[in-house]
Amino acid sequence: MKAFESKKRHNEIKEKVIKLFLIAAASVSILTTFGVLFSILFEAIEFFQMRSFWYFITGTEWSPGVANSKFGALPIFSGTFIITFIAMSVALPIGLGSAIFMSEYATPSTRNKLKPLLEILAGIPTVVYGFFAAITVAPAIVNFFSLLGIHASFNSALASGIVMGIMIIPIISSLSDDVIQAVPDSQRKASLALGMTMSETISHIVIPSALPGIISATLLGLSKALGETMIVVMAAGLRPNLSWNILEDMTTVTVRIVDSLVGDHEFNSPDTLSAFALGLILFFVTLLLNIVSLALIRKFKEKYKINTL
Amino acid sequence: MNNIIEPTSEKHQSSQVVNDNPFYDPTLIKRHNKAKRFKFFTIASIVFAICFLVFFLGDMVVKGLPAFQQTYVQIDVTYNKKTIVSTRKAIDKKYRRIVSRAWLRNIPKLVEASPELINTTRKTWVLANHQIDQYMKGHYYKIKDKQLKLIQQMEQQATIKLKFNSLFFTHGDSKTPENSGMLSATIGSILTLIVTMLTAFPLGVMTAVYLEEFAEDNRWTQLIEVNINNLAAIPSILFGLLGLAVFINLLGMPRSSPLVGGLTLALMTLPIIIVSSRAALRSVPDSIRQAGYGLGLTKIQVVQDHVLPLAFPGIMTGSIIGMAQAMGETAPLIIIGMIAFIPDSPSSIFEAATVMPAQIFTWAGMPERAYIERTAAGIMILLSVLISLNTLAIILRKKLEVKW
Repeated sequence: MKAFESKKRHNEIKEKVIKLFLIAAASVSILTTFGVLFSILFEAIEFFQMRSFWYFITGTEWSPGVANSKFGALPIFSGTFIITFIAMSVALPIGLGSAIFMSEYATPSTRNKLKPLLEILAGIPTVVYGFFAAITVAPAIVNFFSLLGIHASFNSALASGIVMGIMIIPIISSLSDDVIQAVPDSQRKASLALGMTMSETISHIVIPSALPGIISATLLGLSKALGETMIVVMAAGLRPNLSWNILEDMTTVTVRIVDSLVGDHEFNSPDTLSAFALGLILFFVTLLLNIVSLALIRKFKEKYKINTL
Repeated sequence: MNNIIEPTSEKHQSSQVVNDNPFYDPTLIKRHNKAKRFKFFTIASIVFAICFLVFFLGDMVVKGLPAFQQTYVQIDVTYNKKTIVSTRKAIDKKYRRIVSRAWLRNIPKLVEASPELINTTRKTWVLANHQIDQYMKGHYYKIKDKQLKLIQQMEQQATIKLKFNSLFFTHGDSKTPENSGMLSATIGSILTLIVTMLTAFPLGVMTAVYLEEFAEDNRWTQLIEVNINNLAAIPSILFGLLGLAVFINLLGMPRSSPLVGGLTLALMTLPIIIVSSRAALRSVPDSIRQAGYGLGLTKIQVVQDHVLPLAFPGIMTGSIIGMAQAMGETAPLIIIGMIAFIPDSPSSIFEAATVMPAQIFTWAGMPERAYIERTAAGIMILLSVLISLNTLAIILRKKLEVKW
């Protein structure tokens, strides 16, 4: 009996120790988030002690590395916005269209063949997309527009935007596909029984029901596009350019972060620290998109009582 | 569904009957056409995505295949004391502009490896330089007329030919395109992934076990859950900033090393492993746990001996997919300096190294035309590794998955 008791106590202690280890492991993910936030925040604060925050947000001249360097990030934000906009106008219709086809029209066997193909698209590293954008797409765009007599840059926002859009297609299509499939079949049947065509059922019944999920997928794609680095580093320009012309070269937040951290700058110079200021903005914008996206998908799940998404 | 579409075709044949039909809707044709257009749009979008994939893979193969062959010329090479010192003199003057300088620089090592070569002159297949190579492959080239004539002459004598490019697999990076290969980047990738897996796998599985089996549903648990979802969506480049600020500047780990790269990638892979491990643990039915408790096992024993082994296939699948993703990641590694020029393979995780996608990025930025095919060939290798990893994950899931 005594031996049994001591074994039991031994087990209890062991259990407590293991549980502590597990809690420690789980805390690592929290530490990582705060690690990312604080490592950016401290350097960014240092930057804003040297340069004005207001000019950073609204200034139009970005000239690091010179004697009287200026850090107005507006042209960088506009470039990021335009390239992201191009990417989303490619990715949203195609991604949503593919998702609707796969969940509503395709037979299960077609669907099983198409899904892995889209997964391959999702698994291609972004550096590969970047190479493709720079070597194949950008020259094709220049050639096409020179036929029309329009000059296009080899680092045009259009080339990186299109390729980035293709990169985002699988993100939007796979999440939208899941959400559309989760809409109860009874809704479709009711609509079809009332004499609606298939497309009317989809656009008036299924899509509105799945809308929170689709918006969530879109926001997720948007945050991926904003944070995408390799495609724009390889195919977009370095020059901050405040322009609406998508055939000109433009730069993005991520390109400037890479550019200011690669090379032999002194770490505590405003040139290097500006990367962290840009990173801070990127962090908060993507975090916001993400939180909204998660909240929407949770709302959708609660509405249809699904646990699998 | 098909029954609804059929009446349109009937309507044309017997409009009389349809018009008598009290349910006849004059807008029906329009609506059905609209339905067809909508269906066509969805088909078009998926076809576009697939066509892009095919075009893209085809483009890479067409661009990359030439890199698996390399031009060699058969010329006399003299090995003696003088030519070991100034290797340019080992070959006839007229060949100096068509032979790779990197090959010539290797002569002392050749002699050291086989001493019987000394004081002999032998006909040897020598690596040609990249301009000659591009000419032989029919690409754009920049060669002077004199050399061009010489090559055309050699072509007739069959002393110049394309051979399988084994250098690409046995050499590291080089400033001369014809001499550069993927070896050091591959070793770097392997070392980095080892660090990533050794860190992310235990942490991820432990977190998943805690959240699924032990955690009570309280604020702390919810915070961890929300946090994991957010972590998955933080742009990868920001992890690079974390690596730079914490691992390199704060903890003083060696810059450009697989250690820092691996740890940074581990933090990025963590959410993928946690999410898939949780799903795998959740799919183990509760009856297993209850049977264990019924026999008097402790919670730890149940989890360790019964739940975890049953969930293992799912955990492995998720980990392999996470590993494939880490392997293709470039942006954070650029920030922590893993794009350095690395000709020799790193031998430990503390040395400067580069990884496969970073090597692709470096080559893509090179001005010489010959690097383009090497970049595409590197992409072919990287993609085949990634696709086989993903296929492995899918096979593993299908083979080992237990249906409850």
